[in-house]
Amino acid sequence: MKVTDKFKLESATIQKARTPLIALAVVGWLVSLAGFAINRDQFYFSYLVSFVYVLSICLGALFFVMIQYVTTSGWSVTVRRLAETVMVNVDILAVLFIPVAIGIPTLFHWSHPEVVNKDLLLQKKAGYLNTTFFIVRAVIYFLVWILLTKQIYGNSVSQDQNGNPSHTQTNAKWSAPGILLLFITGSFAAFDWLMSLDPHWYSTIFGIYFFSGGGVSFVALLIVIAILLRRSGYLEKAITVEHYHDLGKLLFAFTVFWTYIAFSQYFLIWYANIPEETIWYIHRFEGSWKAVSVFLPLGHFLFPFFALISRTAKRHLVFLPAMALWILFAHYVDIYWMVMPTHAHHGPNIKFLFLDLATLAAVVGTVGFVFVSRLGKNAIVPVRDPFLEESLKFENV
Amino acid sequence: MGEKTTVAKKEEKELYGVLAHFDTPEALLKAVRKVRENGYTRFDTHTPFPIHGLDPAMGMSRSKLPYLVFCGGLGGVATALLLQWWTGAVDYPLFIGGKPFFAIEFATPVTFELMVLFSAFTTVFGMLILNGLPCLYHPLFTVKSFERASDDSFCISIEAKDDRFDKKRTVEFLQSLGSSGIELVED
Repeated sequence: MKVTDKFKLESATIQKARTPLIALAVVGWLVSLAGFAINRDQFYFSYLVSFVYVLSICLGALFFVMIQYVTTSGWSVTVRRLAETVMVNVDILAVLFIPVAIGIPTLFHWSHPEVVNKDLLLQKKAGYLNTTFFIVRAVIYFLVWILLTKQIYGNSVSQDQNGNPSHTQTNAKWSAPGILLLFITGSFAAFDWLMSLDPHWYSTIFGIYFFSGGGVSFVALLIVIAILLRRSGYLEKAITVEHYHDLGKLLFAFTVFWTYIAFSQYFLIWYANIPEETIWYIHRFEGSWKAVSVFLPLGHFLFPFFALISRTAKRHLVFLPAMALWILFAHYVDIYWMVMPTHAHHGPNIKFLFLDLATLAAVVGTVGFVFVSRLGKNAIVPVRDPFLEESLKFENV
Repeated sequence: MGEKTTVAKKEEKELYGVLAHFDTPEALLKAVRKVRENGYTRFDTHTPFPIHGLDPAMGMSRSKLPYLVFCGGLGGVATALLLQWWTGAVDYPLFIGGKPFFAIEFATPVTFELMVLFSAFTTVFGMLILNGLPCLYHPLFTVKSFERASDDSFCISIEAKDDRFDKKRTVEFLQSLGSSGIELVED
């Protein structure tokens, strides 16, 4: 059995997808620059939200791909190249980390010696929370992620040429330790870039909280990408309703997983009721932030839970991507809610600003543009994967 | 006396239906489609392993079980919330660690557990009831060759209760479908 659809993007399609993305990126960067000139503090916080949002989805893709390899999964082969092309963009995100690094003095008040000198807790944490070590750690995280994504992507693409099944085994060998490395580096990245915004506060589950949101959002993005390709006449027979059904199940399952983790964090802090822990939530229950705190369990859990529970919903090729877009929105709100209440200038109320949208457009446009260009270079399905036939024949019982 | 009862039993025996053996899953799939097209409704298939596409070929509708399980889960949620609210806040309120008498925060783990428990019970018992299990006796077990349905034979059984059933014509029909062996099943 072979892929009977078009599996190479035509240059017209690539152009059609690139044009709006490059426009988005250019407008996004220009407005961000203007915002940077006007309100530098706000720029860094807005940029951090956008950066972490896109990064979490790319890491979700890396996790998804590695899980497929270690489980020698058959069903997912026809969507795996799309996932691989998403994850490989962490190299662009390494470049896009530069504004965050420059913004350290604004974003993280532990970086100011005069603040640390007055603060006993920060003095005790200074061995870890200092600018040099912070940047060294970021470099290590990105090196690990780039190594993993380049290796796995490279092997998968080589297999398109030579059809050698040993590439699949090599990737499984990379993936097993890779998952461990990803979770260690990703957890610490979440501690560094999100949790240390409030350096007195700590939550050991925070890393997995960050991952669970990225995981569910990546599945959502995968559904959206596959449906967009389908609408443009690609992979209509390779990615069938059976594959969408499975992606829908993963979307549902990861939504529940996110809830489980988010609730575990909240519940333990609520029950213990220790001031240094509850402060994080108290900030988020003040003023209009309370509305966001109420929105998250409803919009990120209850609504998708009931909307996606039925088989019909998961097999509906309009409803499913609509829910996927909703999840992508809810995840943005989640990241926004993690970062923004710590922003000192924000006060107790939400101030959603043009800079939030502009930085999001800049990062999404840039990464999206590179993604489409990369998608155009190789086949959009691993055409000579040993499990391809299994995936093409796949059916839910 | 013993002789007499056996004779009496034999006379009581009535026809349950017919059992037809097929040699391959493909032959079974082809035959079962014909059986359905011919208007039979009370028939079943017996195979040593699950066969892809057999359910649609038999015209089986999807199980109702998920809907039952969903209701079971909601029942678990309702039970847990009511139980915790009524015992903790109404019937016997106690101050514990300065916590409220009832709060959704501490009620959630128990609610989750009872939802899972009730869903699991509904799944298991609902499955048994919908399948008519446990079934300690079935007329097909009286046929020796039926044992091959768990080994190397793919079988179709048609019940005599079926409106279209006619002993002679049904047997001929199954023969025409390429059955490798047909037996009458008595109850």
